[in-house]
Amino acid sequence: MEAAPLVRIRDLKKSFGAHPVLKGVSLDVHAGEVVSIIGASGSGKSTFLRCINVLEMPSGGTMDFEGFHFDYEEGARRAPTAGQLRELRARIGMVFQSYNLWPHMSVLENVIEAPIRVKGEAPADAVAKAEELLARIGLAEKRHAYPSRLSGGQQQRVAIVRALAMQPRLMLFDEVTSALDPELVGEVLSLMASLAGEGMTMLLVTHEIGFAREVSNRVLFFDQGVIAEDGPPGEVLRQPRSERLKQFLRRVLHEDAYGAEAGAGGAA
Amino acid sequence: MIADRIASWWEGFAPYVPGFAQASWLVIVLSLLAILVSWGCGLLAALGKVSRFAALRQASHFYIWFVRGTPTLIQIFIIYFGLPQLGLRLSPFVAGVVALGINGGAYVAEIVRAGLSAIPKGQTESAQALGMGRWQMMSRIILPQVFRVILPPVTNEAITMVKNTSLLSTITVVELTLYSQTIIATTFRPFEFYIATALIYLLMTTLISQAAGRLERHYARSL
Repeated sequence: MEAAPLVRIRDLKKSFGAHPVLKGVSLDVHAGEVVSIIGASGSGKSTFLRCINVLEMPSGGTMDFEGFHFDYEEGARRAPTAGQLRELRARIGMVFQSYNLWPHMSVLENVIEAPIRVKGEAPADAVAKAEELLARIGLAEKRHAYPSRLSGGQQQRVAIVRALAMQPRLMLFDEVTSALDPELVGEVLSLMASLAGEGMTMLLVTHEIGFAREVSNRVLFFDQGVIAEDGPPGEVLRQPRSERLKQFLRRVLHEDAYGAEAGAGGAA
Repeated sequence: MIADRIASWWEGFAPYVPGFAQASWLVIVLSLLAILVSWGCGLLAALGKVSRFAALRQASHFYIWFVRGTPTLIQIFIIYFGLPQLGLRLSPFVAGVVALGINGGAYVAEIVRAGLSAIPKGQTESAQALGMGRWQMMSRIILPQVFRVILPPVTNEAITMVKNTSLLSTITVVELTLYSQTIIATTFRPFEFYIATALIYLLMTTLISQAAGRLERHYARSL
């Protein structure tokens, strides 16, 4: 991987008031990489993801992405302009925990809105592409349904397709299965796995340790606002170095085991 | 016997039917125009209240504070009797539409603001994350949802507006109220004519409620 990284982040910082959440995060993501971010709640992992497409304005550090160079240091002259932000976000897809489909628009309208209004695609092209994407996830016949008529798993898959319709260079997934009923998690994860298989560059914050192990090339463990461990899943998840990661893994895997046991025992 | 009474009532009433129709039509036109003005003012003031610019926030705040804290009738007098002193002379009709529109706008602004805060933050974020600008996000994603939420309170404001047009009788707009007053001055039949006037207002406000109810049921399909 000698090519220049798709995203280069250096010393990224974010504070909410006096409370520092990110204390200097540096990361290169190369095209085609699938990077899972794990960590306890409050470790800064979601904030980090949201700083990449500037849903949160970072308080310091720099980011390079496809010709953009942003410097978030206070008083720096390279803070993104509103126009640059729109262009940046049009190239970076993001999927949220709570789907955030627009309830007043049909599934199809949700998917074609940004390609038409933001990228200026011809409506007929946008519709054709959207229908192709919806067919791929098996929801073509739901294209005129409103989101409220869909299951959580279906809504989340539509949300992924809505982001894909912009043909992003990078996809950010922020705990996208956390709000789903357990039986609906699989359909979303398998869509994400197939995207990863096609070479989509992905950065995902997840609690699905199994998925992180199977699908990602790389796992980051966030702890107290910094990347505490970084490596291939086999290393980070199987041979954790720090005591804190060991504890964290024990906790999540224990929850998994408990969940499996409770499910098997039929307990509520 | 009763039929005779009704016949004689109707005889007394019939000559004024065209006049009532004309006055009612005026109420409809006044209300529609004033409602449009109030939506414009209300939307601007609501967006002003959430603006990035402090001056806009303060202007919106002052507008809403002043209008909601003073009597509608005084506001009408300021615009019709007061502004000519500053060189702005409006016809009774225009002054009425402007005064009622500005008045209603302050209430609509508060409704829209409440509606805006009822839309989950995720709706804004998903629009932003796809590269939408502020205006696109507002006009395509947020305001259409706000409209559904605020339909019932906005309907109430529209009904209030119809009723408030009667205040314009004080600045010589010959709408329903002033028209019935002039008839009563010659017929000395206040009971029948005020009841008839009330029923006409009631018909208009009922139609508004029913139309809004239909719209609400239409939107409920997507929720």
